[in-house]
Parts: sequence; structure tokens; C-alpha cells
Amino acid sequence: MKKLLLLGDEAIAQAALDAGLSGMYAYPGTPSTEIMEYIQSSQDAADRKVHREWSSNEKTAMEAALGMSYAGKRAMVAMKHVGLNVAADGFINAAMTGVNGGLIVVSADDPSMHSSQNEQDSRFYARFATVPCFEPSDQQEAYEMIFDAFELSEKYKTPVLFRITTRLAHSRASVTLNDPLPENKLALPADPLQFVLLPAVSRKKYKNLLSSFESVKFDIRISKYNKFRDGRKRELGIIACGIAFNYLMENIGDNSDDYPVLKISAYPFSKGVIEDITSRCGEVLILEEGAPLVEESLRGILDNGIKIYGRLDGTVPRDGELNPAIVAKALGFPVSFGEKVPSLVKMRPPSFCKGCGHADLFSALNEAVNLYSPGRVFSDIGCYTLAALPPYSSIYSCVDMGASVTMAIGAADAGLNPSIAVIGDSTFTHSGMTGLLDAVIKKSSVTIIISDNYTTGMTGGQQSQATGRLRQICEGIGVIPEHVIEIVPLRKNHAYNVQVMQKEFEYQGVSVIIASRECIQTATKKKRTQASAE
Amino acid sequence: MKNDIILSGVGGQGILSIAAVIGLAAVANDLFLKQSEVHGMSQRGGDVQSHLRISDKPVWSDLIPYGKAELLISVEPMESLRYLPWLSKEGWLVTNSVPFINVPDYPPADEIIAEIKKIKNHIIIDADRIARESGSVRSGNMVILGAASPFIDITFESIAEAIRNLFGRKGEEIVEINLKALLAGREYSLAIRS
Repeated sequence: MKKLLLLGDEAIAQAALDAGLSGMYAYPGTPSTEIMEYIQSSQDAADRKVHREWSSNEKTAMEAALGMSYAGKRAMVAMKHVGLNVAADGFINAAMTGVNGGLIVVSADDPSMHSSQNEQDSRFYARFATVPCFEPSDQQEAYEMIFDAFELSEKYKTPVLFRITTRLAHSRASVTLNDPLPENKLALPADPLQFVLLPAVSRKKYKNLLSSFESVKFDIRISKYNKFRDGRKRELGIIACGIAFNYLMENIGDNSDDYPVLKISAYPFSKGVIEDITSRCGEVLILEEGAPLVEESLRGILDNGIKIYGRLDGTVPRDGELNPAIVAKALGFPVSFGEKVPSLVKMRPPSFCKGCGHADLFSALNEAVNLYSPGRVFSDIGCYTLAALPPYSSIYSCVDMGASVTMAIGAADAGLNPSIAVIGDSTFTHSGMTGLLDAVIKKSSVTIIISDNYTTGMTGGQQSQATGRLRQICEGIGVIPEHVIEIVPLRKNHAYNVQVMQKEFEYQGVSVIIASRECIQTATKKKRTQASAE
Repeated sequence: MKNDIILSGVGGQGILSIAAVIGLAAVANDLFLKQSEVHGMSQRGGDVQSHLRISDKPVWSDLIPYGKAELLISVEPMESLRYLPWLSKEGWLVTNSVPFINVPDYPPADEIIAEIKKIKNHIIIDADRIARESGSVRSGNMVILGAASPFIDITFESIAEAIRNLFGRKGEEIVEINLKALLAGREYSLAIRS
């Protein structure tokens, strides 16, 4: 049996390849990025010509994956949790159309927000869309679940949500592989109206979706991941979801026969699964990574059933990711710490790399904008968001992909003049272009600065769809060519760049400044690869 | 057998290579392993840490519980102090003495060293100097690993073999430099303890 040392992300990717994947779709986002990267570097995927190119955003990725499923083949789409907001339209309606070839949607949540703007729990999306959801606790289980998820998807003709969190995504362990399965052959849907969501069709399909969702909870592929194991104690039973099970076992491992434990790793679960524990125990502790989804549904609004401990009563903190200490405390176990962190230890926040073009851009921007009152630079998601911190303190917003452009438009509508957006190249092609079209149509007085480093930098330097196309895109959208200005953000161009910005700030219309300089990380990597090739 | 190891440093200092070497050696010895790392924002000159757990029994949590790490390996002195709550009272702290200064309020180096010396079991090593003497300043991380190797329950030969496997495709010269750095670190550490 073949064994590999894999990150959770990589275990998912390897499993999908072994389960006959034909197409992988994704937009980079921590902690999901390594799924696509693993498939891109796989020799097996290359030999089989598995589709493995980045998409412009999560919505295009989701829909392309649905297209591959339409054609009868197995497809997977991966994104970070907030990416699922972008893909939500396609995702929720894919539940309505159903699938043809198996379709898995991986959403990587980031509780405690290590590199994200919120800690939304993707399991709610599964419930919202009425689709099954898997939540693996470790790398091996993640690997095996992918096979079941594809089978379940094809049996019930439903997309399946695969929810992981940062710890599993970025933790490595040994994984034993299954025998690989062949890919599906091209086969179009039997029903020509399956993917046509006209109201008359949809009404019928929705009834089918609701009834099939009732039967899916009894399917072995779901029920085998919701395991109950009885224990000696009768006063407290424990429900642990996904990775929370590991923190529980870390604490009770040697005495695990003491507690009745229900491990939940697949949704929807049946009432019987919960009754296994509530029929035996007077009180239940619920441990889940993320929001109190299971806890809320067990309590209900009246909350007048058995005594429940969890995130809602403060036994476990309401926010943030779990760890062994939090779970120990919830169990009433003592927690011992090592020495305290000495007070002289200082924070070391992330900062721009030495030789980063964003840094020189913000130096110029700070000087150019200095003529006006502060608070007029909107920005976006990427390395350049670090400009919110000292010494730059240049930007006043970072909300969601593309929001810099549209927020600048709204503020300009309100009378803020000049109103400025700073957005990265990859973020611009992800979700900034449509906002720019609004600005052109409305003749908004905004200056959009695209900080172009030829890559998707923050996530480690993936291909950017924008590279070499930004002028064409902006002119195509309708920005007047004289107001699409290209600069190079280098120290030596500082005075010129300040002058260009000030001139465009004064212009009463849409202008775009494209500031292009290669990311120092990808440039260095390229040089190293070239050197080792010679 | 169980080794819970915290690795710390600043993004780009090579702590993930240290983790990869120990990980390969652990797998070659049929040990169970979980190694958790934080990617993303932390790569941009921020602090980085990795939890590495090896055992002859299955490992549950990807994260090491507070106060349970037997070993804290740090490529940067101030970063070694940041993770003290994880280090067991009997655990060993092995750290580079050379600061990586990229924040304006970085504390005086001698005060950091004084704090490290308060820890019962510690090894402070000038990894940059020893790495330079071994042929490449970039192998400082392997010097630190060498200095920490007496506290890891895997044979030195297995760790050396893992380095050969990990760096093999980069050529014999790179392998030799890293092995030399590893050995120099180990000898320094053994000499201090005797």
C-alpha cells in the first residue's frame, strides 16, 4: 500500500485524482491554495490531461466545474470560505440543477482569521443550499471521504460541500492511498431540461431536492462518518464535529472509554444519531470548529430540552478556533502552561518585502494625496492591504474582492473628490472589472490605481489572469486611453509618479493608473529556477 | 516514544525545511507524525511557527497542548521566547543567537539572551557564524537542527539521510554543505552539555 506524507489540502487533491477526477477548478485563497497547486505539480494529472488551470474567480471556477459535471465527468472546485460567497450563485443553483458527473465543492474555512477578513462557517452554506456536507477530522479521513463524496454526488445527483479548516488544510500527516479509479466517459445528461432552471422546471426540481435530501441522511456514505461510541459515564455525553474530535481525543485519549462520544463528520445527520447520545446522557457537551451550528439546532429556540454545553453558554468561547486547551477547559480538566512570554517580546506583523513595488507605490501615493484631507483611499484584498499599517497608513478600506473600485464610486457619488481605489492586478480581474464598467457608464470621478505585480502574490505567486492585458481591458471597458496611464513604481521614479497621480486626481472622470513592477518573490524564484537549470 | 516540537522563526528563515527533514526521518522510522504550519500572511516577514509531533502511537491533535513540548527550536532569538507557554518545564530550548531585526521596537539583544538564559535547559548558538564556516550562510537552519538533534529520539544517521533525500535534487555540493552544518551544530550542542 502506497503511503505519502501530505497536507490536508494535498490529501484532498490526491484523493480526487485517485477517484477519477477530470477537472480541477479554483481561485487561490489561503488556506485552500495547495489543493490546485498539488494537482498542477502532479505527473499523473499531467499524463491524464486533467484540467488544472486557475480561474478568474471562484464563481467562474464553480460554473466551469458544473459544466464539466454536465458533461458527465468528475469535477472539483476549491476556494477559501469567503470565495464561496463569490461562487454562491452558482453553488446554490447547482443544488437545484443537480449534477451529472460527481461534483465536490471544497471550502476552506479560517477560524481565528489567520489570513482572512471573517470566520464564516461554510457548513451553513450546505444547509442553505440543501446539499450534503463532509467535514473530515484528519488527513486520512479527508482522503477517504473524497471517494464517498463523489459516489454520493453521483447517486443523488447533488453537489457535495467539503468543509475543511486551516489546521487540517495546513497540517501534514501520513496518508495511505487507495487503488485509483478510472475517469468517467463523456456522457450528457439524460434529461435535456435538467439544467434549465425555468420557474416551471424549478418548482418540480425543488420538491425533488427536498425529498432526496431527506433520504441522503440515511445513506451509508454519510452515516459511516457519524460514529457513536458508548462510554461508562452517564452524566456527560460529548458530540465532537470534524477536527474538534482530535482535540477531544488529545484530552481523553487514555480514558476514552469513560465518555459516550458521537463524532459528526457528515451532514445531514439523522435524528437517530443524536438520540444515541441523548437517550443515554443527561447532559451533552458540543465541540465544533467554527459557529455553533449543531449546537443551535439541538437547542432550538426554546432550549428547554436536556442540558447542553457549548459555544452558546460560554463553556467554549463563542469565536475563534479550538485548541487542546480550550477543549480541556470545557471538560473541566486542568491546563498547565510553560513559562509566560516575557514582556520584552514585540509583535512582528507581516510587512512588505524588501524590493516590493507596492511599497514604492504607496510612498508616492501618500505624497500625492497629502494635498487633500485624509480618508479617501479605498483598497482591497492582497499584499498591498499591508499599507493600512504603519509606516504607510495609506488605505481606509479592505472589505471584499473588488470592493475598492465600487466603494470609491459610491463615495464619489456622495461627493468625495478625489476618490481613489488601489487594487491588485489579480483582484482587479477577479472582481474589479465590473465595477470599473459602472464607473465608465456613470462617468464617476474616480482614480483607480492597479498595483500590478504580474502575479497573485499574497497566496504565494500563482498565475494572474491580468498579466499583459490591463491596458487592453481598461480601454475595452471604455476608459479614455489618455487616462489609462502606465507607471513603474520605483524609488527613482518617485517624483514623476507623484506628479502623474496628482494630475489624475484633479481629472473629473474615470482614470486608471497601472503601476507595474514584478513581485520580488516571484522574480527571485524565477531567477533561482533559471540558475539551477543552467 | 513521543516528541512534541515547536519550530519558530521569521518567514523565509527556513523553519519549514527543518520540519521537512525531521518529518522525513520520522516516516523512515515508521513513526506517526503530524506537522502543522501557518501559511499566508505570515510569510511576509512576520513570525512563523510550526507544530511538529512524532510518536510511536497515533497522534490526535495537530496542535501541541500548552506546556507539553519537549523541544523548542528557534531560528531567531526573540521568536524563541514567543512560544515559551508551549515548552514543558523540563523541555529544551535551542535557539539561534543572531537577531532578525525588521521591527522598529526590537528589544536589545543582550536582554533577549538574558531571558533565554532564565530557561532551565537552553542552548544558544551563533548559527550564522557556524553556517558560514560550513560553507553557506543559508544553512543556518541546519546548524540549529544539528544543535537540537541530541534531543530528538531519532538517530543522527536518520536525520542525515533525510537531508540527503530532501536536498538530493539540488546537487551533491548542497547536500554536503547542509550535512556539514548539521554536524557542526550537533558538536557544538554536545560540547556545551558535557
